[in-house]
Amino acid sequence: MKRWILLALLFAVAVALSLLLGVRHLTPSDVWQAVTAPDPRNPAHVTLLTIRLPRLAGGLIAGAALGLAGTVMQSLTRNPLADPGILGVNAGAALAVVLGALLLGRADNGIVTVLAFPGAALASVAVFLPGGGLSGDAGPVRLTLAGAALNALLISAVSAIVQFRGEALDILRFWIAGSLASAAERPVAAMSLVALCGAVLALAIAPRLEVLSLGGSLARGLGTRPGIVQAQALLAVTALTGAAVAIAGPIGFLGLMVPPLARRVAGHSLRLELAASVALGAAILLLADTAGRLIFPPAEVRAGIMTALLGGPIFILIARRLKPGAQG
Amino acid sequence: MTEMTLRAEALTLGYGERRVIDDLSLALPAARMTTILGPNGCGKSTLLRAFARLIRPQAGVVTLCGEDIHGQDTRALARRIAILPQAPLAPEGISVGDLVKRGRAPWRGLLSPWSRADAEACAGALQAVGMTEHQERRLDELSGGQRQRAWLALVLAQGTPLLLLDEPTTWLDLTHQLEVLSLLRQRNRDAGTTVVSVLHDINLAARFSDHLILLGPGGLVAEGTPEVVVTTENLQRAFRLAARIQPDPVTDRPMVIPL
Repeated sequence: MKRWILLALLFAVAVALSLLLGVRHLTPSDVWQAVTAPDPRNPAHVTLLTIRLPRLAGGLIAGAALGLAGTVMQSLTRNPLADPGILGVNAGAALAVVLGALLLGRADNGIVTVLAFPGAALASVAVFLPGGGLSGDAGPVRLTLAGAALNALLISAVSAIVQFRGEALDILRFWIAGSLASAAERPVAAMSLVALCGAVLALAIAPRLEVLSLGGSLARGLGTRPGIVQAQALLAVTALTGAAVAIAGPIGFLGLMVPPLARRVAGHSLRLELAASVALGAAILLLADTAGRLIFPPAEVRAGIMTALLGGPIFILIARRLKPGAQG
Repeated sequence: MTEMTLRAEALTLGYGERRVIDDLSLALPAARMTTILGPNGCGKSTLLRAFARLIRPQAGVVTLCGEDIHGQDTRALARRIAILPQAPLAPEGISVGDLVKRGRAPWRGLLSPWSRADAEACAGALQAVGMTEHQERRLDELSGGQRQRAWLALVLAQGTPLLLLDEPTTWLDLTHQLEVLSLLRQRNRDAGTTVVSVLHDINLAARFSDHLILLGPGGLVAEGTPEVVVTTENLQRAFRLAARIQPDPVTDRPMVIPL
């Protein structure tokens, strides 16, 4: 219970800081007035309504979705290194969007973002099937290596495609390491519906995923059909990751950091773990975004870079704890 | 109540080209303790897995109450047959109590809350294996014997009339082997559960089982009571083992003394 309260506090602080801090610091009373009596000539109000609030919404949805996706992936693969960023699912979604934008000659923040979903789905299938990741028999190292290779390949493809675009550098930055800075121009509302579907699916199948983590034979003896549960889990991961990438671009390592923390809060109930992942994912992404605004103002360090700076060392820490030849 | 008898009819099992069990027909007597014995690689585990519907036969059928188990609903079957496979996977850091709760999966819908029947089944299972006071402890800090009892509690909580176990005593010392088999016999006598295990130790099998199935390199060698199955001739055929059989001085069951 105490840990849930701490999590709620962390979440509240992350939301508050994300609204108040930035190039222009706001006060809580600015926020209150901007919401209750907005004045279009007051720059503080304009900042809040047109920049901070959309950014907050984007961060909440993308962070929650990536936290959920990480927890589902780690439960599915029994792999503490599984993460949509590390395994190339983010990059698959990003590649599909930039490729679609290039071929259709459209901007990469409109209807084209729907391509994030088939992109994420293809990348999941590509990494899980040959990597032996679903059976958990291959062990974490093989799946992680397969994911790292796929990720590198897809990111090179993104860079290659983006070179053809006029405003190449900005677009490249967004699609290599995601950011919440352009949240106001991205399809946050539509994507939050997709993320919600993914979240509901994840919560629904959580008890079956718990049983599946006991191994395929015992899971079948307990009345689950592993193939179906795996397919449902990949569908949830695809919806969640695709939505997050469409909103914020590829943001890595969030799905790596969230599950171990969520387990500390929630214990061994996957449904509670998923609930904790929503709050943790959103809070960590918002804090990373806010910190990125404060380091070199008025320039920003992108949220996707902040999460990588934080997540890289954590990856090494988790990898060092794996026993050699561990089965996950 | 209908007799819940698992039956193999003209069963052929194998992996690809390699046949492990060829045209086998036999029944696992209901409400009895049955043990499948045989040398390494003769298909003991394969046969058990076929009875649990973990593999699909190349030919023939496995029936429960006369119906092909492959035609039955997955969850309905999981309420009748439980299987404890070799080396199941334990989620890192899970407690004994949380592990045992997962045995209730076939009884729970997607949204059904934790019911009194679920709680009672788990409490009963923990008590049956003597782990009630350890339910808060983490599985990975228990001894091998305690860990195996926790896994047993999971399949007992499943509350099925049939219980299949693949080498439940492997890796355990003699005391813990006896403990596990006594537990299973207790369950069989108290609840009328049909218990079917694969074991390596012929003497323990003869001591604890009502019915033995002895497989050899060429298929079924013998089945029946321990007295019928454990004979010098059968051991020679199944294991190429020269042995003398004497009555166990404690139980009077046949006991193998290799020559």
